[in-house]
Amino acid sequence: MSISSEVIRPPSRPGVARWLHKNLFSSWWNTLLTVVSLALVGFVLVQAARWVLFSADWSPVVQSLRLFAVGPYPAEEMWRIWLALGLATWLLGFSGGRAGGIVQTFALALALAFVALALLPIKLEYLALASRLKWVGLAAAALIGFGLGRRIKLTARWLTLAWVVVFLLTLLLLGGLRNQAVLPFVESGRWGGLLLTFLLALVGIVASFPIGVLLALGRQSKLPVLKALCVLFIEVVRGVPLVTILFMTSILLPLFLPPDFRIDRVLRAMLGMTLFAAAYMAENVRGGLQSIPAGQVEAAKAMGLNGWQTMLLIVLPQALRVVIPAIVGQFIALFMDTTLAIIVGLLELLAIGRAILNSNPAWLLRDMEIYLFIALIFWVFTYSMAYASRRAETALGLGKR
Amino acid sequence: MQASNQVSTEDIIICRGVHKWYEDFHVLRGIDATIKKGEVVVIFGPSGSGKSTFIRTINRLETHQKGDIIVDGIAMTDDVRNIEAIRSEVGMVFQQFNLFPHLKVIDNITLAPIWVRRWPKAKAEQIAMELLARVGIPDQAHKYPGQLSGGQQQRVAIARSLAMQPKIMLFGEPTSALDPEMIKEVLDVMKGLATSGMTMLVVTHEMGFAREVADRMIFFDQGLIVEQGTPEHIFSNPQEDRTKLFLSQIL
Ligand SMILES: Nc1ncnc2c1ncn2[C@@H]1O[C@H](COP(=O)(O)OP(=O)(O)OP(=O)(O)O)[C@@H](O)[C@H]1O
Ligand SMILES: [Mg+2]
Repeated sequence: MSISSEVIRPPSRPGVARWLHKNLFSSWWNTLLTVVSLALVGFVLVQAARWVLFSADWSPVVQSLRLFAVGPYPAEEMWRIWLALGLATWLLGFSGGRAGGIVQTFALALALAFVALALLPIKLEYLALASRLKWVGLAAAALIGFGLGRRIKLTARWLTLAWVVVFLLTLLLLGGLRNQAVLPFVESGRWGGLLLTFLLALVGIVASFPIGVLLALGRQSKLPVLKALCVLFIEVVRGVPLVTILFMTSILLPLFLPPDFRIDRVLRAMLGMTLFAAAYMAENVRGGLQSIPAGQVEAAKAMGLNGWQTMLLIVLPQALRVVIPAIVGQFIALFMDTTLAIIVGLLELLAIGRAILNSNPAWLLRDMEIYLFIALIFWVFTYSMAYASRRAETALGLGKR
Repeated sequence: MQASNQVSTEDIIICRGVHKWYEDFHVLRGIDATIKKGEVVVIFGPSGSGKSTFIRTINRLETHQKGDIIVDGIAMTDDVRNIEAIRSEVGMVFQQFNLFPHLKVIDNITLAPIWVRRWPKAKAEQIAMELLARVGIPDQAHKYPGQLSGGQQQRVAIARSLAMQPKIMLFGEPTSALDPEMIKEVLDVMKGLATSGMTMLVVTHEMGFAREVADRMIFFDQGLIVEQGTPEHIFSNPQEDRTKLFLSQIL
C-alpha cells in the first residue's frame, strides 16, 4: 500500500478556557451580557434557595406524604400497593438488565431514587422506619431483578407478557375482589394521589396508542364507510375539550347503559382520556404515514408482500419512528391532563393537594409549598418521558440520513 | 460483441394490445410484445414515451385498462392472489433503489423470502449472504442502507430482488440516479445476471450495456413500440426515422 499508515486524527476539542472565551467573553458586549445574566441567575437562585430552605414551611407536605402518594386508600391495605410496586420495580429491573440502554438507565435511577426516599431527612413520625425499610426493599428488588435480567435470556415476547401479567396483578391487588376476605374490595373512589394520576396516564398512554394507530390506518382506508367513521370520530373528538369528553364518559355514558351494567368511575375517566388521546394520536401517526415515500410501498409490493405485511413491516415502523417526538409530546400532555379528572370527582394528585390545603386551617397559606411539590412530581415524570424520547431518537438514528 | 444468453423458445411475458390512461392522458397506446425465457430486452426511447409505465404494468404497480398481460402463464387480473403470485415471480429494481432504511442490508434481503416464501430465517440468511457475495459486497451485510454508497445500495437492491429467486427481473433505469463512477459496478452485476440466464427487461439509456448484453432492443415513442430488433440491427440499420433521430441525439 502506498498510503501512509499514519492515522490523521480529527482536530481535538478546544479546551475549557478557549470555549469560555469564544462563547462567553469574545467581545465587551458578550462579556457584559455574560456578567449580567450570571448576576440575574445567581440572584434568582439565591432567593429561591433562601425561600425553600428558610421561609417555606414544608410541614403540610411532609405530614401528608401518604395522601400525596395514594390518597384515601385504606391504611390497613397499604401492603397491596407496596407489593404491586415491588413487582413492577422488580420487573423493571429485570427488563433493564435484559434490554440495557434506556431501560437500564431508568431501572438504576429508580433504585437510586428509592434509596434517596428512604434517607429523606424527615422526622420518623412522618416517614416511619418501616416505610423507609420498604423503600430500601424496593431498591433491592430493582437491583435483584437487574442481576437476574442480565443472566436469564428471556425473549421480548415473554417480557411483554410478564408486563401484562404484572399490570393485571396490580389492578387486582389495588381493587381486590368482592365477597372474600383475603383481598377485600377497595372501590376505586378510594384510589387517589400519585397512584391514581399514574394509573390514569399509564392506561391512557398504553390504550390510546394502538387505537390511534388503527384510527390513522382507518382514515387512510379505501373502504368509504370505515374511512368516514374514523374521520368523524377523530374530528369530533379533536373539536371538543377534554373536560367535555370526561363529562360525557363519566356522567352521560352511565345513562345510556342498562342500570345493572355499571362501569367503574375511574374506568370511565380512563375511557374518556383514552378516546381523547387516541384522536390526537391518530393525527400524529397520519403525519408519519404521509412522510413515507411511495417508493417504499412499491418496493414492498414488488417483492410480493401483501397489504398487511407492507403496512406492518415497512410503513408503520418507519412512520412511527418519524413521529416519536410528537407522540411523546402528546404523552406528556396526557400526563398533565390527568389533573382534569378532578372535575369528575376523582382524587388525583392535584385534587389531593387541594384537599390537604383545606384540611387544616393552619395550612391555608401554604398553598405555594403544596403546589410546588406537586409541580416537582409532575416535572420528574414528564422530564423522564422527554429524556426517554431523546434517548430513543438517538438510538434509532433519527435526524440522521 | 453479441450477447450469448441462453434464450429459450418459451414465452414468459405476453402483452397483447395493452392500453393505459392516466386520467385522459393515453400513455400506452396498444403495446404488443412477447418476451422469451432467458431473453435480455433493453427498452429505450425519449423521455415521457411510457417506458417506465410499461414495465410497471408487468408487476401491477400500474394498472392497465385494456388488453392482456400474461406473466409466466398467470393472467394479470384484478384478483389479488394472481397479482401477488406474479409479483413473487418478478423482481424489480428501481431508479431510486427503494431500500428499506430501517432494516439492515441483510434484513432487507431476507424480508420477502421469510414473509412471502416462508423460508426459515437461517436459510434466508444463508442465501442472502451468497447473493451479497455475488454482487460484490459481502462485508456490508450488517450496515444500514444509509451507510452505503449509491452503487452499493443499488447492488443490495438487486440482491434483494434476486433473493426471491424470481423468473423475471425488471429494471427501471437502475443507473440513472448514480454517479458516473458507480454506474459500472452496477452494470457489471447486471451483465453477470444476463449471462446466467435470467429473463431481464431493462429500461436504460446505457447504450453500451445494450450493445453488449441485449438480445433485443425495443424503441418506445409516444406510448407505442416503434421499432425493435437486435442491437446490431438497431445501431447499424434502424428502419424508422424516429429511431434514427433519437439515436443520433444520444450517441
Ligand atoms: N402518475 C401519473 N399521473 C399522470 N401522468 C403520469 C403519471 N406517471 C407518468 N405520467 C406521464 O406519463 C408519461 C409517461 O411516463 P413514463 O414515466 O412512463 O415515461 P418514461 O418513458 O419512463 O420517461 P423517462 O425516460 O423520462 O423516465 C409521461 O408524459 C408522464 O408525464
Ligand atoms: Mg421513466
